[in-house]
Amino acid sequence: MSLEELDELYREVILDHYRNPRNNVKLADPDLSAVGYNPFCGDEVTITAKLDKDARIQAVGFRGQGCSISQSSASMMTELLKGHTIEEAEALVAVFKQMMLGKEMEEAQRLELGELEALEGVRQYPIRIKCALLAWSALLDSIKEYRAAHRAS
Amino acid sequence: MLDARRIREDFPVLRREVNGRPLVYLDNAATSQKPRCVIDALVEYYEGYNSNVHRGVHALSVEATARYEEARAKVTAFIGAPSHEQLIFVRNTTEAINLVARTWAPANVHEGDEILLTEMEHHSNLVPWQKVAQDTGAHLTFIPLAEDHTLDLSRLETVLTSRTRLVALTHVSNVLGTINPVKEIARAAHQLGATVLVDAAQSVPHMPVDVQDLDCDFLAFSGHKMCAPTGIGVLYVKRPVLDEMGPFLHGGEMVKEVWYDHATWNDLPLRFEAGTPNIADSIALGAAVDYLQGLGMENVRQHEVQLTGYTLNALKELEDVTLFGPKDLNVRGGVVSFYAHGVHPHDLGTALDKLGIAIRAGHHCAMPLMRKLNVPATARASFYIYNTEEEVDLLVDGLKQSLRFFSHVTRRA
Repeated sequence: MSLEELDELYREVILDHYRNPRNNVKLADPDLSAVGYNPFCGDEVTITAKLDKDARIQAVGFRGQGCSISQSSASMMTELLKGHTIEEAEALVAVFKQMMLGKEMEEAQRLELGELEALEGVRQYPIRIKCALLAWSALLDSIKEYRAAHRAS
Repeated sequence: MLDARRIREDFPVLRREVNGRPLVYLDNAATSQKPRCVIDALVEYYEGYNSNVHRGVHALSVEATARYEEARAKVTAFIGAPSHEQLIFVRNTTEAINLVARTWAPANVHEGDEILLTEMEHHSNLVPWQKVAQDTGAHLTFIPLAEDHTLDLSRLETVLTSRTRLVALTHVSNVLGTINPVKEIARAAHQLGATVLVDAAQSVPHMPVDVQDLDCDFLAFSGHKMCAPTGIGVLYVKRPVLDEMGPFLHGGEMVKEVWYDHATWNDLPLRFEAGTPNIADSIALGAAVDYLQGLGMENVRQHEVQLTGYTLNALKELEDVTLFGPKDLNVRGGVVSFYAHGVHPHDLGTALDKLGIAIRAGHHCAMPLMRKLNVPATARASFYIYNTEEEVDLLVDGLKQSLRFFSHVTRRA
């Protein structure tokens, strides 16, 4: 018996990001910051980001602990976000969610996600979809908080 | 000793395959599988004498009432309770503990009092007491965990004080497998005038339990972890504690006489069973008790001691695996939690599932304990009467494969 059929879920790029996470830092004085927590499995991801003067994401990091799906998703997300405005980031979250929930996508949207497409296999494991979405939900929270703070000031 | 191979034939679900492989079910601390006789008891009730209890004069109701109360008598005897009046049917362990927290606690726990728990409690024996503490101004205190994952009883004298109103502790930890010395702790607690609640969710299904021997005031457990259906649980209450408790839920069945403006309460235990009870599942719990008594609870315990020892021996050979819980099998139930370095428990759970092996991965409803153990989550294998050493071999083999799969720096293309 063997675990070869796991390759479909755990694509090489996922395991690579899990073992060698990118942007695995907590930035000091972040403009965006939020913690995502999955009470079901205890997975945790902290997202921090700094914006430049045009409100583009200049630097972004994640720290956390959890399974290969939640951590690789966070790692790939940070690579994708750099250089995007927070509005664009929100749109990317929407596209990623669309993919994870198995909704119709245009080819252009699929291309936007780049290597994140590797996570599409998680869809067959409904209980693990939340793992893949953890960092993205935290990112949305951080944007919401940023907006609320800036509206208030 | 139990003949697990023969016992497996009693459990229809154990014949099925998962992902093309025979099911290896090692998630018994979450819920057990059900034998044919329990499933039959449900079908017989619904097909043969489905009716409400304690009210009808017709044949079906008389029969249903007799079988419902017969089930109560069986469970009463199973845990050595003095009287069926002290055995209250509830939904599950959580509801049993909440019943105590909502009825006994408000009348007995006051500002400045202490509720003594342990550091290994399931959320169901922690969160209700947090609520009581908030409502009353009482404080929560804890018997700490020792190095070997038993309770540190050298600290008992410090944490058990004259202010301690209640000691609420688990009999067997659902994460560590630790069997706690409930009898000794109850004796010490009673000497200081404290009341004792035992969460027996992980003990009553797995070993002989006698409430009079333990001398606890409350004992709570669930049917579904002991071959019975979900939705039926038990709260035992010692006298005179029980006689002083007010009702939990108000409505039908729990009343004796009702006027437009007031009512009087029914006799025990119906005073605590408002509304139509879970008749079918109670009767099926009675069938589960018959089944377990047929095997003998001492035999059940010995079977699990052997399997647990076998598992611990196999796992300690793996250098990447950290084991939790006491090594002494005398104080160890059939629960083996571990952490495989390099493979997150969740990933391990998915990998083993591919091999048809069901384990639990996560915090096991014990988040504070996970922090204490300094792990985000653990993987847990837990045993019951139908598990075999061959299944443990499959688990260990699956674990080795998973370690290889996740720790390879690059796999073949």
